[in-house]
Amino acid sequence: MSTEVAPDTQTPATYKVIGTRPVRHDSADKVTGKAVYTDDLHVPNMVFGAFVRSPHAHARIVSIDTSDAEKMPGVLATCTSADLPDPWDKVDNLGEGCVNYAHLSGNVLARNKALYKGHAVAAVAATDSYLAQEAARRIRVEYEPLPATMCVQDAMRNDAPLLHDELITHTLDDKPARPSNIASHIQFEKGNVDEGFAAADVVIEREFKTATVHQGYIEPHVSVALWNEDGRLKIWTATQGSFVVRQQMAELLKMPVSQITIVPCEIGGGFGGKISVYEQPVAAVLSRKCGRPVKIMMQRDEVFEATGPTPASFMRVKLGATKDGKLTAGKAWLAFDAGAFPGGVIGPGAMCVFSCYDLPHATVDGFDVVLNKPKTQAYRAPGSTHVAFATECVIDELAERLKIDPIEFRLNNAAKEGTRRVDGPVYPRVGLVECLQAIQESDHWKTPLTGPNRGRGVACGFWFNCGLKSSVTANVNADGTVTLVEGSTDIGGTRTSIAMQLAETLGITAEDVIPQVVDTDSVGFTDVTGGSRTTFATGLAAHEAALDIQKQMVEQAAQIWECSPDEVTVADGVYQGNGKSLSFKALAVEADKVGIPIVGRGVVDPQCSTNAFAVNLVDVEVDPETGKVTILRFTVCQDAGKAIHPSYVEGQMQGGSAQGIGWALNEEYFYGDDGHMRNASFLDYRMPTCYDLPMIDTIIVEVANPDHPYGVRGVGEVPIVPPPPAIANAIYRATGVRFFELPMSPPTVWNAIKGQTTGE
Amino acid sequence: MKTHVTTTINGATVEFLCQPRQSLLAVLRDELSLTGCKEGCNNGNCGACTVMLDGLPVDSCLVLAVEAEGAEIETVEGIAEQGHLHPLQQCFLEGAALQCGICTPGFLVTAKALLEKNPQPSEQEIRFGLAGNLCRCTGYDKIVRAVQAASQASPES
Ligand code: FES
Ligand code: FES
Repeated sequence: MSTEVAPDTQTPATYKVIGTRPVRHDSADKVTGKAVYTDDLHVPNMVFGAFVRSPHAHARIVSIDTSDAEKMPGVLATCTSADLPDPWDKVDNLGEGCVNYAHLSGNVLARNKALYKGHAVAAVAATDSYLAQEAARRIRVEYEPLPATMCVQDAMRNDAPLLHDELITHTLDDKPARPSNIASHIQFEKGNVDEGFAAADVVIEREFKTATVHQGYIEPHVSVALWNEDGRLKIWTATQGSFVVRQQMAELLKMPVSQITIVPCEIGGGFGGKISVYEQPVAAVLSRKCGRPVKIMMQRDEVFEATGPTPASFMRVKLGATKDGKLTAGKAWLAFDAGAFPGGVIGPGAMCVFSCYDLPHATVDGFDVVLNKPKTQAYRAPGSTHVAFATECVIDELAERLKIDPIEFRLNNAAKEGTRRVDGPVYPRVGLVECLQAIQESDHWKTPLTGPNRGRGVACGFWFNCGLKSSVTANVNADGTVTLVEGSTDIGGTRTSIAMQLAETLGITAEDVIPQVVDTDSVGFTDVTGGSRTTFATGLAAHEAALDIQKQMVEQAAQIWECSPDEVTVADGVYQGNGKSLSFKALAVEADKVGIPIVGRGVVDPQCSTNAFAVNLVDVEVDPETGKVTILRFTVCQDAGKAIHPSYVEGQMQGGSAQGIGWALNEEYFYGDDGHMRNASFLDYRMPTCYDLPMIDTIIVEVANPDHPYGVRGVGEVPIVPPPPAIANAIYRATGVRFFELPMSPPTVWNAIKGQTTGE
Repeated sequence: MKTHVTTTINGATVEFLCQPRQSLLAVLRDELSLTGCKEGCNNGNCGACTVMLDGLPVDSCLVLAVEAEGAEIETVEGIAEQGHLHPLQQCFLEGAALQCGICTPGFLVTAKALLEKNPQPSEQEIRFGLAGNLCRCTGYDKIVRAVQAASQASPES
């Protein structure tokens, strides 16, 4: 079992740096414990903050009394929503979704009502963290508990308790007269769905449910804020995007962005969950009130109960196909839980539901529903995993009913260049067909699976991948190395994948580039590390900066060699002109002696999606005695466009797969009738350990992205999408039972098998 | 009221004062600036805080600092010797066995303890040995392979 790279599907370009596997630039720091994460900071004179959180899932806040806490020696400041400026109803795009600042402010500190168990209500700063927690317990909050609504279908009913009295559904239809918990209704339509179903020989419709799951990064949310006497605010924080933190802080605190500096420290995982602010504005206000730097680090239960999980969902998907295996029509009805405030991930979910297939006729209805759970956030390909579970299970059933091989059936209908997605866009060159073919060619597919209680499953997944803004500067040093200054926080090796693109363009080695992730005062605007965009978009900026450097180097070479710049040629990092020749490094040394400093600049804002597809092949064994599902063998195939650093591409594929496996088999928020999460710890919220998994085999397909000089598509998100349906389809083959609910945990599987054998 | 504790950390005698309620993790990080061990959960479920205590890997968030009196402690900062990375560290870095890196110190300490006890572990033994450490980024594949590579590289110590 090993990693394979599928044969090139295009003319192979020869690269010196791209496609190699250098040791990443920050790894010595990270294997010796020297890398500085936010909680490792000890800012002089620092004090500690702690939150007071709602013990109710839904309650009116009658009063908050901080006086007892304030009297405690060592307590320096308290803070409630009254300390935040009045929020404005303004919507902004943060790169992986939009935010309404009134909602964001109300999520950071509850106003009038607590909308979920764990909702922050107040905070306190004290000279040590234990004292801060004791003081938080002395802040007295009087609540008037209200009935809570905890599941999407209940929350949509007319008689459900309302979270927001003013919430009127945003819809293309007539504006409803009455408020409800339905924040928006999205609709897409292509062709004529009735005609499509009329032309089908087989139609299958199924209902699906998925549970709330968390991104599960190991580092809790943590920040240090320092509000200086001159009015400047500095925040060290664990974030996927320092500039979007700056933007949110400026809007929430109503101050100019130029007064705020965000210092991104090393970050211990994010997966979409570290984009929205939580503790940052509170630490800032506490710092302003006590005049000292304030650190707030969440406890793990706070992370589960009060930061963005990704939603639970209720979905109905119907698909029709002809006898010869052509899809004719699709219909999807999707309701996602947004959490306590509008703006969940239903938008991308609705766009992704049929994104792998060429469907002539389809309709999609999507509902964003508020209920008494934490505000949901993006989680790696947000929304796409939910809908893939529904669609890919129905596809599998159709293939079975039509007696067509599941890969052939998918190949028959796969989206390709020119396919128009139900939500409108037409695909440019994409690699789904190539991924399915690579799976057909794999050793895994060609090795039959034998033995009782075993089954094999297949599924596909799609994610858009975005472009967005990135800026870099690159300074040529006197020794011919280049310092690359960037604003993309590095969560999984992007310093290196970006540096490699600069190196390739300049004809130097990866080691000759020194990448630095800097604060918001030291580089141009850069969007989040998210949307699978960093290696693509910041890499594009690095490529531009390299071309800028090359232009300046040519001019300096011309000056040194006393010829015109037109006479200087560059190939593979070697500059030639007037009969002379120098490598990049040697020329940089000469240029440093005679010329002005050479600084390259790259700024980009690509508007395209780079369209990633992945396919899984999985073998499982189901224990009929316990319902436990063991993954015997797992292969993930993905179109990377071009794998800059194959090890880290494989790493994304393996990590995303493992998260998808956890989502499929174990992970879920258990809620009691009181709306309290019953399993807010890593012991009870059961993420896969290494004992739960096999090796994860990877096949990298490279169908070049036409919108990038090296063909990069971005790889981070799509591998989480196919595992749940691939595993469901495998379990069906092992047990004869189809599953329509996630997670497929041992009790669920055991009950279903038992029901089947007793004929229930 | 603070308690005086004398202990050995990475071979050197260290004295500190701590509150009786402080965990070993809190003292290592907040009082002694040994921030290599990480806090992921503070309740014994993630392994990011793993250190060696008298030859056994422990979750330092579950040990009270006062229990370190007279003990020998080794942290991730003590794994490399005189500027040379340990083979495990080298294999982690060459094998791309980390992404965000927050779990890495805990894995290195646990894996080193595992290899000292069992220099040639099978894949299952490695997976069992590391099951107390959570990593959310890598899917563990490259971590297991790095430990395999290190076990083949050197029958050290
Ligand atoms: S912090 Fe000690 S086990 Fe998680
Ligand atoms: S590398 Fe991020 S948790 Fe392991």
